[in-house]
Amino acid sequence: MSATAIFRACPTTGLKVNRDAEKLIRWNAVAAVVFLAIGGTFALTVALTRWPAVHLLPPDWFYLALTAHGFDALLVWIIFFEIAVLYFASAVVLNSRLAVPKLAWTQFWMMLVGALLTNVAVLQGDSSVMFTSYVPLQASPMFYLGIIIFAVGALIGCGVFFATLVVAKEEKTYQGSVPLVTFGALTAAIIAVFTIVSGAIILIPTFLWSLGLVGTIDTLMYKLVWWGLGHSSQQVNVSAHVSVWYLTAAILLGAKPLSEKISRFAFLLYIFFLQLASAHHLLAEPGVSIEWKIFNTSYAMYLAVMGSMIHGMTVPGAIEAAQRARGFTNGLFEWLRKAPWSNPAFSGMFLSLVLFGFVGGISGVVLGTEQINLIMHNTIYVPGHFHGTVVAGTTLAFMGVTYLLIPLVFRREVMFKKMAQVQPWLFAVGATGISMFMMGAGTLGVARRHWDITFADAPMVFDYPAAAFLMMGLNGLSAILAALGGAMYVIVTVGSVFFGRKLAEDENHLGFPAVSAGTAPVYGSSTHHAIPGTVVLVAIFFVAFVLYYFVNWKYLSEVWPLS
Amino acid sequence: MAVAPPSVRVWWNEPIARTELVWMVIAFLWGVIMFFTMIFWHVFGEQNLSNETYKINPETYVAKVDAMVEQYTVREEEGFPVVRPPPGSDVYLLARAFQFYPLLELEKGKAYRMHLSSADVQHGFSLQPVNINISVHPGYDHVFTVTPTTLGEHGIVCNEYCGLGHHTMIGKIYVTEQEGAGS
Repeated sequence: MSATAIFRACPTTGLKVNRDAEKLIRWNAVAAVVFLAIGGTFALTVALTRWPAVHLLPPDWFYLALTAHGFDALLVWIIFFEIAVLYFASAVVLNSRLAVPKLAWTQFWMMLVGALLTNVAVLQGDSSVMFTSYVPLQASPMFYLGIIIFAVGALIGCGVFFATLVVAKEEKTYQGSVPLVTFGALTAAIIAVFTIVSGAIILIPTFLWSLGLVGTIDTLMYKLVWWGLGHSSQQVNVSAHVSVWYLTAAILLGAKPLSEKISRFAFLLYIFFLQLASAHHLLAEPGVSIEWKIFNTSYAMYLAVMGSMIHGMTVPGAIEAAQRARGFTNGLFEWLRKAPWSNPAFSGMFLSLVLFGFVGGISGVVLGTEQINLIMHNTIYVPGHFHGTVVAGTTLAFMGVTYLLIPLVFRREVMFKKMAQVQPWLFAVGATGISMFMMGAGTLGVARRHWDITFADAPMVFDYPAAAFLMMGLNGLSAILAALGGAMYVIVTVGSVFFGRKLAEDENHLGFPAVSAGTAPVYGSSTHHAIPGTVVLVAIFFVAFVLYYFVNWKYLSEVWPLS
Repeated sequence: MAVAPPSVRVWWNEPIARTELVWMVIAFLWGVIMFFTMIFWHVFGEQNLSNETYKINPETYVAKVDAMVEQYTVREEEGFPVVRPPPGSDVYLLARAFQFYPLLELEKGKAYRMHLSSADVQHGFSLQPVNINISVHPGYDHVFTVTPTTLGEHGIVCNEYCGLGHHTMIGKIYVTEQEGAGS
C-alpha cells in the first residue's frame, strides 16, 4: 500500500490526513449529531413540562422523556463526538495512520447498537428510572445491557487512540513531544478508561440483578461507584473541550500555549484529581464520613479546580498573545474586539470558555462544598449547574469546532452561513438562561426531576413562592431559544455534510474569516507579549467566584441548625 | 501552535511568565482557603450533617416509626397522624412511595434527634421553605440533631425520583412556640 493512497494533504493546515481516520471521524460525528437532535427534542418536552403554565407531558411521559434526554444528551452525543475528537487528535494532528481501523469500526457499531438498545428500552416505558438509575428502582435488562455495550465500544475507541499514539511514535510521524491538543485528548482518554471501568463495575452486577441473578445491590455502594461513571464522564468532557478550545485557537489564530509546561501541568492535575468528584453526589448521604467528604469533594484541596483556573487564563491568554503579536495592541481589549467574531467556530469557542467558567465552574465549586450542598442537593439548582458546564461549556465548544470539521474533515463548504453565524449566540443565550433560571428556582427550593410543583394530585400541598414559578417559566422560554439554536446547528451540519459544495482536494477554505494559520506569530514561552486584557478578565472572574462562594455560606447560616 | 509539537524541544526547562505564576499561586491559595472553610464550619458553624448512621432492616425501622406514632399522636390530618414527640427525643420519619410518614409537630428552638430512612427505594428529604436537602436510603438509619428556628407550616418535598407517583410525595412539619414550663 503506498503512502499517498491512505493519506491526503490538508491544504489549510499542511497536515497529512489519514483516510481511515477521516472516515471514522465523519461517522462518529454524524452519529453524535443525530443523538444530539434526539436528546435535544426530549429536552424541549421536559422544559415545557416543567413550565407550570404549559405543563406539556403527562407524568409517565415526562419521566420517560427525562430519562431519554439524560442518556442521549449527556452520554451518547458527547461520547460519540469525543471519540471523533480522539481520532482527530491522534491520527490527524500527529500525521499518523489510525491503528487498527477494524477495531475502530467495532467501536462505532457497538456504541451505536448500545445507544439504540437503551433508547428502545426507555421508549418501551418500563425503564423510566432516570439516567442515574438508582437501585432499587429497576429498569428492564436491555436498559443496562445497552449502556454496557455502548461503554465497551467507547473503551475500544480509547484503545484505538492509545494504539495510534504508539504507532505515531514508532513511525516517527512527529518530532519531539506530542502537541498540547493531543496531550489534552490523552488526558480525556485516561479519565475515560477510569470512567468506563467504574461503569462496568456497577452496571454489570445491576444488569445481572435485573435478570434476577443477583439478590440485592447496596444503595450507597451503587451511588458511589455509579458516580465514578457519572461524574468522571463529565471530567472527560472538561478535558476534551479544553483541548478543543486550544485546537480552535490554534487553527483560527495560530495561538500558541503561553507555556507548554503550565498548560500540561494543568491537564496533569485533571488526571490526578478530577475523578474524586464522585463525592459531590454523596454529600447529603448517610453513612459517608465527613473526612471522606471534605477530602474528595474538594479534589484534595481543589487541585483540579486549580487546573481549570489555569486553563481559564492560558486559553484567552494564548489568544491575546497571538493577537498582540499580530499588531492588535491598542488598549486592553483591541485583541478581543478584532478577533474573528464573524466565524462561528471562534464565537462558539469563546462563549463556551466564558460560560463554562462563570456559570458552570463557579456554581459547581459552590454546589460541591460539603455543607453548602445541604441547601442545594437534588434541587433544580443541580441541573442548573451542569447545564452551565455540559451545555454552555462542552456542547457549545463541540458545536463551534464542528464549523472547522465541516471544511477540514468532511471537505464540504458550510451551508447557510448567516444561520451558522447566529447559531452559537442563540444557543449560548438559551443555555445560559436555562442554567441561571434553574439555579434561581433551586435556590428557592424547587425539586429536580419533579412533574408538578403545584402538587395538584397530592394529598397535601406546599406552596412554592411565586418567584419560583416565574423562574420555571423563564427556564421554559430559554429552553425554546436553546432548542432553536440546537435545531439551527443540526440543519447547518446535516445540510453541509450531505449537500454542501464539495471542496477540491487542494482547496484551502474555512468558509469564514480567520486569521490565517500561515501567518502564525513566532514567540516563545517566556518571550510572548504581556496579556493585560486577560488579567482583567481573570480578575473579574475571581472576584465573582469569591463573592458568590461567601454569599452561599451566608444563606447556609440562615437555615435550621443541624449536627 | 497547540496543534504542533512544542517548538522548543526541552519545553519543561523554559521559564514561566510571571503573570501565570502569580495566578497559579492565587488559585492554589484560594483552594486552600475553601478547603479550610469547610473544616472551620465543622468547628464554628451550626449547619453540619452528622456522620451517625446505622444499618437497619426496613421492617425494624417501620416498627419504630409505628411505636412513636402510637405514643405521641395528637391529631389527624387528611388521614395522616400528626405526631408531637417531646423535645430531645428520638423522632422517626419514614419515607416510602409516596409519602413522608407521619406528620410532625415540633417546638421552636428545641433540639430533636431526627431519624431518616426509607421503607422501599431512595427518596429525597427536602424541607421547604427552609431548603434543607438530605438523601434518604432504604436500609440506613440516618440520625442527626435538628433545631427548628422558623415557626409555622413546613413542607417536606421528595426530591429524589422514586416512581411514577414521585410528585405526589409530600409531608409536613409544624413548628410551634415553646410550651410553658411544666408541660
